[in-house]
Amino acid sequence: MDELRDLYQEMILDHGKRPRNQGRIEASTHEADGHNPLCGDVLHLTLTVDGDTVTDARFEGEGCAISTASASMMTDAVKGKNLGEVKRLVDTFIGLATGESSPDPNELGKLAVFSGVSEFPARVKCATLSWRTVEAAISGSDEPITTE
Amino acid sequence: MSTNGEQTLDVEAVRKDFPVLQRTVYDRPLVYLDNAATSQKPRCVIDAVSRYYEEINSNVHRGVHRLSMDATSAYEGAREKVQRFLNARSTKEIVWTRGTTESINLVAQSFGRSQIHAGDEIIISHLEHHSNIVPWQLLCEERGASLKVIPMSERGEILLDAYEELLSERTKIVAIGHVSNALGTVNPVEHIIQRAHARGIPVLLDGAQAAPHMKVDVQVLDCDFYTLSGHKMFGPTGIGALYGKEALLERMPPWHGGGDMIKSVSFEGTVFNDLPYKFEAGTPDIAGAVGMGAAVDYLDQVGLDAVSAWEAELLTYGTALLDAMDGVRIFGTAEHKAAVISFEVDGIHPHDLGTVLDREGVAIRAGHHCAQPVMQFYGVPATARASMAFYNTKAELDTLVVAINKAQELFA
Ligand SMILES: Cc1ncc(COP(=O)(O)O)c(C=O)c1O
Repeated sequence: MDELRDLYQEMILDHGKRPRNQGRIEASTHEADGHNPLCGDVLHLTLTVDGDTVTDARFEGEGCAISTASASMMTDAVKGKNLGEVKRLVDTFIGLATGESSPDPNELGKLAVFSGVSEFPARVKCATLSWRTVEAAISGSDEPITTE
Repeated sequence: MSTNGEQTLDVEAVRKDFPVLQRTVYDRPLVYLDNAATSQKPRCVIDAVSRYYEEINSNVHRGVHRLSMDATSAYEGAREKVQRFLNARSTKEIVWTRGTTESINLVAQSFGRSQIHAGDEIIISHLEHHSNIVPWQLLCEERGASLKVIPMSERGEILLDAYEELLSERTKIVAIGHVSNALGTVNPVEHIIQRAHARGIPVLLDGAQAAPHMKVDVQVLDCDFYTLSGHKMFGPTGIGALYGKEALLERMPPWHGGGDMIKSVSFEGTVFNDLPYKFEAGTPDIAGAVGMGAAVDYLDQVGLDAVSAWEAELLTYGTALLDAMDGVRIFGTAEHKAAVISFEVDGIHPHDLGTVLDREGVAIRAGHHCAQPVMQFYGVPATARASMAFYNTKAELDTLVVAINKAQELFA
């Protein structure tokens, strides 16, 4: 069970069950759709960007505990950050989840709870879906993001 | 192995025939319950494929040399085995394909393009696998025909009254799964065929999930087309077959063009080959066909009656176990079912469940099972599915329950 506990840490289970920032911002400035065809996970993300700063972020959709927790914590994390910081965080997080880099825990804060994901290759896409979606939203891409 | 003249199954003995069942995953014995996705391969199939490459590899229907003749006779011998397995009248009725998906596409393209026109209708059911939906949608779009879908009940059974109402003079083909991969429902195909034939309408049965579990006799069924996937019936991936009644196949135009499917070619015109070669363009999966022949022999030897009887016992046992668990809901409770249990566990997404079970050595499928309309019917994005084969044991189903309990603890 140890590796499973590394994957499903308390904070992930908590955000999976009680996701924060759910819903849709009616007057959003940025939005994007994410889709994981393999799992059927779908995600609609809306952001309010004021000047260069993300002031609000919400998501709606359906997914497993990992993808729901990831969307919940991603939306928490990007609020208050400027677009450059969000982009850097996207790269850092994806590096962590894929195991391609081992970022400084201080840089990631709470998001470091996703470090167990890289041991579960089948679940990496669940963790990265919301991050790829926020990347698409801030780069103004109209194409829905798909993990395939 | 026999009592009162009936075959019974010695599950511990048959397990020894499957090398992969001896392995462990994460230091636990493998409990393989994903047989509807693909089945494991017995030693004799693996050996048949390697022996083909080691001893007779060459191209078929071409050479005057010894290897080519040996390869051709192994390849055609395998076709005869499949013919006997389905009790088809002749080997002309057995076309090698890559599997069920290709078989259905072949019929949709060849039969469909020549015989389905604007305003015509094709009937399928709500229970179909995507491979028995999309080829028909493509055809409908191209021809201006329309797709009619027989609805299903909460239990996962085709509604036969609704079927009756859909049949009309516009119906040109009925294409139905023999056994549903998502729920395990065994459809009343005899009735479906009889009602269609009363109007002169041909019927295709998608047999991908039936052939590994029950005796199939295409003459008794009187279906017009039947499809097989080798990999689901203990044979290799990449090989399968289409059975078609000779008279129908004869009238159908070729599908793919190329070598082997012709008698002579000139720039003025081409004379197509006889059945079944008319539908077999290019160098086929010879080793795959040989392997599928070995799989069919193996199934004959184990005995499909014994297989069905043991799987029925597993289904009853497993269903009772899961029914007794708190927070577990089973999808698909048809009266006639193959050994497939689709389910969900309260508060645990099927993918999370799949991950936890995997670490317990238990392989199940979590997803939409390429049957998204079935998922939409139940209003879920995905289910967990345990699908059994004759080499599964009751003890493995006990392990499944223990693993689900662990997931419930983790997500409590
Ligand atoms: C009922 C059914 N039909 C068709 C298919 C497609 O078979 P294949 O992928 O072997 O072509 C499957 C396999 O998943 C199936 O379960």
